Amino acid sequence: MPEAAIRIEQVDKRYVGRGREVVALDHVSLTIEEGEFVAFVGPSGCGKSTLLNMIAGIIPMTSGEIVHEGRQVASINRRVGYLTQADSVLPWRTVERNISLPLEYRGVPSTERQKRVEEMLALVDLRGFGKAFPKELSGGMRKRVALAQMLAYEPKTLLMDEPFGALDAQLKLVMQQQLLRIWQEHKKTIVFVTHDLAEAIALASRVVVFSGRPGRIKYIEQIDIPYPRDVFKVRFLPQFEAAYDNLWRELSPEIAKGEDL
Amino acid sequence: MQIDEGAAVGTSAPSKAVRDFEAGLVRRKVLVYVCQLAFGVFFLAFWQWASGRLIDPFFVSSPSAVFGKIYTWLLNGELVRHLSITLYATAIGFLIGSAIGFALGLLFGKFAFLAEVLDPYITALYSIPKLALAPLFIIWFGIGIESKIAVSASIVFFVVFLNTFSGVREVNPIYIHATQIMGASQWGVMRTVIIPSATAWVITGLKVSVPYALVGTVIGEFMSANRGIGFIIAQATGLFDTNSVFAGILILAVVGAIINGLLKVTEGWLLRWRS
Repeated sequence: MPEAAIRIEQVDKRYVGRGREVVALDHVSLTIEEGEFVAFVGPSGCGKSTLLNMIAGIIPMTSGEIVHEGRQVASINRRVGYLTQADSVLPWRTVERNISLPLEYRGVPSTERQKRVEEMLALVDLRGFGKAFPKELSGGMRKRVALAQMLAYEPKTLLMDEPFGALDAQLKLVMQQQLLRIWQEHKKTIVFVTHDLAEAIALASRVVVFSGRPGRIKYIEQIDIPYPRDVFKVRFLPQFEAAYDNLWRELSPEIAKGEDL
Repeated sequence: MQIDEGAAVGTSAPSKAVRDFEAGLVRRKVLVYVCQLAFGVFFLAFWQWASGRLIDPFFVSSPSAVFGKIYTWLLNGELVRHLSITLYATAIGFLIGSAIGFALGLLFGKFAFLAEVLDPYITALYSIPKLALAPLFIIWFGIGIESKIAVSASIVFFVVFLNTFSGVREVNPIYIHATQIMGASQWGVMRTVIIPSATAWVITGLKVSVPYALVGTVIGEFMSANRGIGFIIAQATGLFDTNSVFAGILILAVVGAIINGLLKVTEGWLLRWRS
């Protein structure tokens, strides 16, 4: 049996503060296969972003282990692409110099970098904007720059934390469609954190529901809608409705629980 | 400025309204320049008129006498001789002070523990009026140019150091994490994130400190020197030669304004990525 893309084994995360200890994640285990598109949903503070950050190696875990592509994650994980809601495009670099940044870090020669940047600009429909500074672009365009930057060094695994959360509803659909296309064409493994159930179902092949504090995996729903999907039309399919029902039934008491606190 | 999705950066020709708007901006700019010039002319004219009529020229000199003095210095080479030494000391002091300040600012910003330990000492050092150190520097480095460099460097150092330090601490951690995952080494993060991000702060520090560097040098020259604009002013004061005092002050004012103008242009270029 081939090694899974990501294997999360009994991962625990406790935050120790002044006079109290908070359990963010309680013995979470999950296996994500290569090429899967997995969405994490759950109430705020359930630890879904924490888990994502642990796969990225930004946050250390209290106990347990995460194995990514056969290697245990112990420090910053440079074999993943990482995209968050926050604007991580460097404002002092032009679009093309932002996209070539990861290649620069990896010592790719400049002619090859240029070629790659051109390809990436085409991939995210930003041709002609290479010389622009991020401030000259709209929020959606900056997001696409971040996407291109992340894809430039070809990580097989993409970790995304509410990447389209700050975008308006229409733009969100456009970005989702673009992401699905890239995922299929380039055979990525994607872990996608969102609080938008519809987004999770429209994109993912598997949706994982987290319970409120302490964060545990409560329920997993397989989404049987075949790819390629149309992120807009998918909403009117019966499978979508069924999945939404199941997920909402599991998720809503958790959200109510969170509100009571 | 934000551009809508799909709209390319400045593609189509501007409309009439846009052209009118821009012409209005230009007109206003021209008006400001004209008024600035008029104010300067008026001031000089009043000074010239008042000198000898309202106040004894012995105290306030007069524009004609001052410009005459500067003209004489220009012809006999005194201006270049003294100004060059002052500018040289200022520039070297500025370079040394800002280089050390920048390096230490980065270091302290990176090592929070070190910064916390040394914080009270830095605050104490910062509170010393740096000009009080001038006599000490003269003892250490002699009355030559070295002591003036030391005075201006010590002033510039603190401004740049504190600004760099704040700049490093203000770096958005999102950029650091994102670039680390993209494969940046420690040095890579420093080069591509921390230093550019701190630039805005550092530039502000540099802009504030250039006039200080000039002040430091001139004060040093006041105390003991045999060359420099500060020396001229001090010597002329001793001789009650107000023409030369005013000429020296005017030269410093013009030099300061020119340096500031250059820095503003540099700042605009370095920070062109900001809105």
